[in-house]
Amino acid sequence: MSEKLYGISAEFDSPAAILRAAKKVRDAGYRRWDAFTPFPVHGMDQVMQLGNSLVGWVSLAMGAGAFASVVGLLWFTNAFDYPLIVGGKPMFSVPMTFVPSYIMLIMGGAIGALVGMLGLNQLPRLHHPLLDHKRFDLVSRDKFILVIGAQDEKFCATETRKLLEGIGGAHVALVEDHD
Amino acid sequence: MADSVTNLEELKRLAPPAELGRAPVVEGNQGLGWLTDKLSAFAEAKTPLWWWIVFLPAAFAATVIFPVCLFYQVFTGVGVWGNNHPVMWGLDIVNFIWWVGVAHAGTLISALLFLTKQHWRTTIGRMAEAMTVFSVMMAGLYPAIHVGRAWFDWFMFPVPNSNGLWPQFKSPLMWDVFAVNTYLVVSSLFWFMGMIPDFAVLRDRSTTRIRKTIFTFLAMGWTGSARQWHNYEKAYVVLCGLCTLLVFTVSSIVGLDFCTAQIAGWHATIFPLYFVIGAVFCGFGMMLVLLIPLRKLCNLENIITKSHIATVAKLALVSGLIIDYIYMMEFFIAWYSGDPYERWVFGHRLFGHTYMVMGWILIGINVCVTQLLWFKKIRSNLWALFVIGLLINIGMWSERFVIVVGSLYQDFLPANWGKYMPTIWDIGLYVGTLGAFFMLYLLFVKFLPVIAISEVKGVMPEADPHHPLGGATKGAGHE
Repeated sequence: MSEKLYGISAEFDSPAAILRAAKKVRDAGYRRWDAFTPFPVHGMDQVMQLGNSLVGWVSLAMGAGAFASVVGLLWFTNAFDYPLIVGGKPMFSVPMTFVPSYIMLIMGGAIGALVGMLGLNQLPRLHHPLLDHKRFDLVSRDKFILVIGAQDEKFCATETRKLLEGIGGAHVALVEDHD
Repeated sequence: MADSVTNLEELKRLAPPAELGRAPVVEGNQGLGWLTDKLSAFAEAKTPLWWWIVFLPAAFAATVIFPVCLFYQVFTGVGVWGNNHPVMWGLDIVNFIWWVGVAHAGTLISALLFLTKQHWRTTIGRMAEAMTVFSVMMAGLYPAIHVGRAWFDWFMFPVPNSNGLWPQFKSPLMWDVFAVNTYLVVSSLFWFMGMIPDFAVLRDRSTTRIRKTIFTFLAMGWTGSARQWHNYEKAYVVLCGLCTLLVFTVSSIVGLDFCTAQIAGWHATIFPLYFVIGAVFCGFGMMLVLLIPLRKLCNLENIITKSHIATVAKLALVSGLIIDYIYMMEFFIAWYSGDPYERWVFGHRLFGHTYMVMGWILIGINVCVTQLLWFKKIRSNLWALFVIGLLINIGMWSERFVIVVGSLYQDFLPANWGKYMPTIWDIGLYVGTLGAFFMLYLLFVKFLPVIAISEVKGVMPEADPHHPLGGATKGAGHE
């Protein structure tokens, strides 16, 4: 069992404080860092330059895929494989196909949103190095933790620690990765 | 820090007088830590006595009455119910529509009010979603056994089979299969996704090994990083949008089941809208019935404040007024159409000797009792709202009875007329589904985060980086 360094964490008391700290970390040139908060902090995605989340596209793709497959399914089952005359209606028409395919668009879109969210967040995972960190439990309560990853090109155990202490981080600590 | 204090005082000085300001989402807020304790308290505390007192009868209905009535019907046949020619749709379809209806307000509260940025919805959204999920489960059961041979239910799905037959998709009854299943899947996904960050809260707070294991598993490794929240928020908005579409779709399709038929009293273009609004109205009634006792018993009076309950009551009033308008239109069109069968059916809803009681319950509750919600005194009286909520459920149940049975029992040929009386098995199954609903709901209240913890925290002033309580310094604004 090797123990390597995951990063350095610093704790803040308020959303505004971590937002200010995040700007300074970004301006210092770090790229592999993240802010852990009990709720989404307004403005953090701009500071981190996250852009637009891809979840919407995953959802759209799955929704559109479901819509198209159901249109195809209805054509195949009711117009091609076993044409069935009901009330003299056409075998294949828009009013007949729209409702079920639209419903399945919603189903596909919803599954796409959840799957996309989990996939892009690399979930589910049963463990994360930060979950061993003893002050990390407070993130889901009322603390705001900023972690600069050891993978970052600019990372330096002493300099990074100094930066985090300088911008007002409390309980600055090393986070280890027990793998 | 000194800056932020003066800023807070300045903010208080500049704030509008209390009577003009908006009621705070949470009363007596003492910060994020306090809120976390408060919101997770019930799931972590010892099970109180009242919970057992309500749970045991519900569990009895769910585990004894429900399976007995269900299996007896499935093994014997639909004949054990009162359904018979000409009333082939009886209590099973009445209850199906009623349960779907109860579900709708939950989705409306959690999804549509999220899109319109109503902060108060964060406190009751989770409870509303749970109501949706459990009542769709109950609703979906009815059509599945109403077909008579439940073991052939798979015929409703396009599964390749040795007969070479496929479902017939030109019928709204077939669309219903898709709609109800989608509703169940999507509302469960939405409910579950909303709970992921709260599972993480309970995971981090857990003191016993078993709780830790379960919530670690359910939270799926959620850390609350900005990148995760970024994707999560997007997914949440997308799901809310899709759920809002479902509010307007599922009951519309149930309405189409009726209005494509030629029966007088059903064959009206207003039916899809009628069923959507009726569903929402009924669901707000159920919301009042669930919220008012739970906020007291779970010690959440500061969170689900009286102003939130009053807002639910206002929404019930609005949907009730739309329902009243639709009743007026139905009677007007029946008269204006000049169609003798339509006139006969609508006349008999209120003055036919067989089911006039149901017709007058409908008018008495949905039209008259609803008007009480105009008064602020009533809207701030929890007992009154609880009773009105119960009555709305009864009123909407009788509306479905009037529509389903009231139109079928006397159709075009007097020789074809008949009466419908539910049997003990009809009623037993309804009691069973009620029991199952309340049993599941109580299990949810006891073991899962009953309030969306991270969402409520997210709308507090402490969560706003531009607010002094959120740590903004003087003149910060958009730093």
